[in-house]
Amino acid sequence: MDCENPIPNSHKTPVAFLLIGLVLIVTGCGGAETSGNGRLDVIKARGSLTCGVDGKLPGFSYQDNAGKYAGVDVDVCRALAAALFNDPNKVEYRELTSSERFTALASGEVDVLSRNTTRTLSRDAKGGNGLEFAPTIFFDGQGVMVPLASGITNLKDLAGKTICVENGTTTELNLADRFRELGAPYTPVKYQTGDQTYGAYLQGRCAAVTSDRSQLAAKKTSFPDPAAHTLLPDVLSKEPLGPVTVNNDSGLSDALRWVIFATIQAEESGIDSNNLKQKLAFAKANPNQADLRRFLGVEGDLGEQLGLSADFVPRVIASVGNYGEIYERNVGKASRLKLERGLNNSYKNGGLIYSPPFR
Amino acid sequence: MPVPWWRDNRKLGWLIQLAAGLFLLLVIALLLGNLERNLARSGLRLTLGWLNQPAGFDIAETLLPYRASDSYGRALLAGFVNTLRVVLSGLVLATALGVAVGAASFSGNPLLRGVTRVYVELVRNIPLLLQLVFWYFAVFLNLPSADQALQLPGLQLAKSGIYLFGADLVNGELVGGLRLSLELAALLTGLVIYSAAFIAEVVRGGIASVPLGQWEAAKSLGLKPLQILRLVVLPQALRVIVPGLNSQYISLAKNSSLAVAIGYPDLYAVAETTLNQTGRGIEVFLLLLLIYLMLDLVISVVMNAIDRLVRLQER
Amino acid sequence: MKRLPLTLRRQLFATPTDGIITVGLLTLLSWAGWGVLNWAINSAQWLVVRANAAALTIGRYPEAQEWRLWLLLGMLTSLAGLSWGRLRGASGWPLNDRIAAGLLVALAVGVPPLLAFGAINQMRLLFLLLLLLLGRLAFSHRFSQASSKRFGDWWALIWGVAYLFGLWLIAGGLGLPGVRPSDWGGLLFTLLITSLTLLLALPLGVILALGRRSSLPLFRYISVGIIELIRGAPLITLLFLGQNLVGFLAPNGLAPDRVWRATGVLTVFAAAYLAEAIRGGLNAIPRAQFEAARSLGLSSVHTMALVVLPQALKVALPAMGGQCISLLQDTTLLSIIGLFDLLGIARSVLANPDWLGRYAEVYLLLAVLYWCSCAALSLGSRALEKRLASPGLQSNPKPQ
Repeated sequence: MDCENPIPNSHKTPVAFLLIGLVLIVTGCGGAETSGNGRLDVIKARGSLTCGVDGKLPGFSYQDNAGKYAGVDVDVCRALAAALFNDPNKVEYRELTSSERFTALASGEVDVLSRNTTRTLSRDAKGGNGLEFAPTIFFDGQGVMVPLASGITNLKDLAGKTICVENGTTTELNLADRFRELGAPYTPVKYQTGDQTYGAYLQGRCAAVTSDRSQLAAKKTSFPDPAAHTLLPDVLSKEPLGPVTVNNDSGLSDALRWVIFATIQAEESGIDSNNLKQKLAFAKANPNQADLRRFLGVEGDLGEQLGLSADFVPRVIASVGNYGEIYERNVGKASRLKLERGLNNSYKNGGLIYSPPFR
Repeated sequence: MPVPWWRDNRKLGWLIQLAAGLFLLLVIALLLGNLERNLARSGLRLTLGWLNQPAGFDIAETLLPYRASDSYGRALLAGFVNTLRVVLSGLVLATALGVAVGAASFSGNPLLRGVTRVYVELVRNIPLLLQLVFWYFAVFLNLPSADQALQLPGLQLAKSGIYLFGADLVNGELVGGLRLSLELAALLTGLVIYSAAFIAEVVRGGIASVPLGQWEAAKSLGLKPLQILRLVVLPQALRVIVPGLNSQYISLAKNSSLAVAIGYPDLYAVAETTLNQTGRGIEVFLLLLLIYLMLDLVISVVMNAIDRLVRLQER
Repeated sequence: MKRLPLTLRRQLFATPTDGIITVGLLTLLSWAGWGVLNWAINSAQWLVVRANAAALTIGRYPEAQEWRLWLLLGMLTSLAGLSWGRLRGASGWPLNDRIAAGLLVALAVGVPPLLAFGAINQMRLLFLLLLLLLGRLAFSHRFSQASSKRFGDWWALIWGVAYLFGLWLIAGGLGLPGVRPSDWGGLLFTLLITSLTLLLALPLGVILALGRRSSLPLFRYISVGIIELIRGAPLITLLFLGQNLVGFLAPNGLAPDRVWRATGVLTVFAAAYLAEAIRGGLNAIPRAQFEAARSLGLSSVHTMALVVLPQALKVALPAMGGQCISLLQDTTLLSIIGLFDLLGIARSVLANPDWLGRYAEVYLLLAVLYWCSCAALSLGSRALEKRLASPGLQSNPKPQ
């Protein structure tokens, strides 16, 4: 040890690390402050929306041949992005399995979970999953699919048989409840992803597969022989599907809610992506069209109250169209699924789709 | 001359630990603060009360009687029993196969030696998960249906399961006998074949550590090869084998968690379902970690006790 | 039967039991072999492999950016050829090298048409083969021996820079359009994650091993705690914990990409096991080495870095090699948490209804790929051991 070097060499390195570490903490602390104004500001600052989706469900969220995401759930994300950034493509999609979707949302990895999630009390409640549900965009029910050749015609015939089901969904809970009511035994075979579930069913591991009816119909179209399978008439449960955000964040959830209502109201008012420009010009030219002007943001401050721009409704309609267009394009007549509107029709036509007033 | 504090290694040591400890506490405080903030934001709080809530889901196969109206705690227990089932039977079967293969690698028959060599080298270099999904999806899921079940001595293989000890065809379905579900059978097959390769290597090392003189002395006494192995070599080889087996057994216990990939409801799979239905990510994972650590501890304690039995008695 | 060498025949049929075993094994093996061959040629449908070769190799990497991967591959093959030459060039073209070269030519010429690669890609592969062989040849001439001496010191640096350059090519940013980690997939992803994890886990493992032997109780307990905790938990639990918990621990919305989270968990996991292997190596170094270094006036850092660690790592090399292989196999668990490593991409390919039920073909291909990689790693590790074996110090003698 020499006098010019009072700190022994052996201790210089750890001391250096400690100093670097302290510096990092101090700088890191600054970045950890959240503004307290909610997720909406974070998203706006970031410049893009992060959406959790399924990614493999035709009609709801899937990648088309060009690799772009499409579907009803995807359109919800695109509508919100259009409202925020005037660009429906400023979305980053994260494919989530049903096991990780809620933790991904709760931990902040995704801003919005648009993954055909069923609205239930325990998911909504603070003492349960603690999620905030946006308006239902798809009223569905749980169904069961069996091969035509099996001769099974209703749920009772499945007593004592195996049923393939996806892990971590309301589907498996409803299945358990229905068989508990019937007092019949059955064997659930659970897989982590939908693909494995349907794959095992097609290979004959189970006598039936269960999921939301719309999902079953969607998957059936991609089976090697769709005509060989049929959906049982039993509806095992109500499945109101919609996007989800976390509790305690009214900024983002309100914005999402009214973006969805905007598409519904547009269909009720007869505005679609084709006549949007005309309607907008008409609204601007005629000061006595109070409802239209307020809805399209020509007068009033409805957009700003939500933290969005004044013209957020035209932005949304221009990018994804109204609810009817979204439905028909992805799961209706113009798609492979060809689902009827049914309960998902506007209240004017006897369905359940209804928007509160824009005022 | 007294050593100044900045050159005194002992004092400096304590100072460094103090500084490092403070740094660590700061980092932990930062992380916990973030955790608390994020939890508060989503409205979740860390509790264990949810364990008493009814689970609401069914489990495909359990040794423990379980119904959907039972609590989450009971569901996790059922999953744990399933894991134990796989681990215990896997340990027994893998040890048997591993010892057989390990001993066979010393046989006089070059074909047998070659086959064991190929088996070990092949299995050790292919990932376990790949082997598991191969066995399940490519082999077991392609078994014929019950009325055309594959018949082996004492075994019947069909898509509804593997039936041991005689099962009869009734109305196109197999009933009776001991039934293993496809998932359990595939999991056991994959785990046993994989672990046995590693156990075979451990056994081989153990037998190789026994001096050649022991073999020759035993042969000169007129013992046959199997008798030599059983009476002379293996007991001495055990003291080298047992520590190696300890780590292989722990490996097997941990590898059983891969059951989630092929649909067998072991502890991890049930925990994943629970996590998804309750949203209690952190509590569930801490429980999981605790249970697996305890399982490892139990295995280690048992193996250490066996080790003490077979250890060389130093005079 | 008479043509079999006498000694072999004698060994195979030494006793009646031996004879039965031999006959039984032969029948079993030929029946199994015939069955597999029959299946592979007649009933297996290999179209699934042909149609998805791109996905299996590079995942969802955008087609427009594929040239970067070709550039990367070209750079790696030329470097590999030059390294091969540097290691073996002095001895001309020994038999093993000629066999290896022949195999490579056969693969490069025969496989692409089987997999229905386009003409351009076949040309590219042949060009890469040319680069590899040229690199090898460059060192077979006597004049290049002199220049290789100078190259020697810079070789590690060249590979390091090439690796970083490769990372930049894959990820983008700083001039190149970025490609998100969620788009990397397949073989590219597996190799990338394995190499990255290994590079990060080695220093961390050394630190943990040293910490475990430290005389300062705080560091010792922390190291022991970390190592034992990680070794006791199944990897899948830790991966899930990493995916979900990190989001909770990070400030709002700043959680790193899922790929980096998984890499972090794998790194810490590998580091804990490596620490145990390195600890075994450190334990094998006699105290005399420490004391001699001390007596020369070297500080503890210098003792470790210059005297003890090189020897310890040499002793621990077999165990560390085993850990590398385990790491490569553990990357398959990334498919369970939804990442697209080779197994994950294979499973998503199999989820496509067009390829329903083609499990055996795809999984067999994967088994071959993994087996070759792991076998190559273990051969390489053994070659490295032999190269580094110093006459004085005994590495753990392997049984037989």
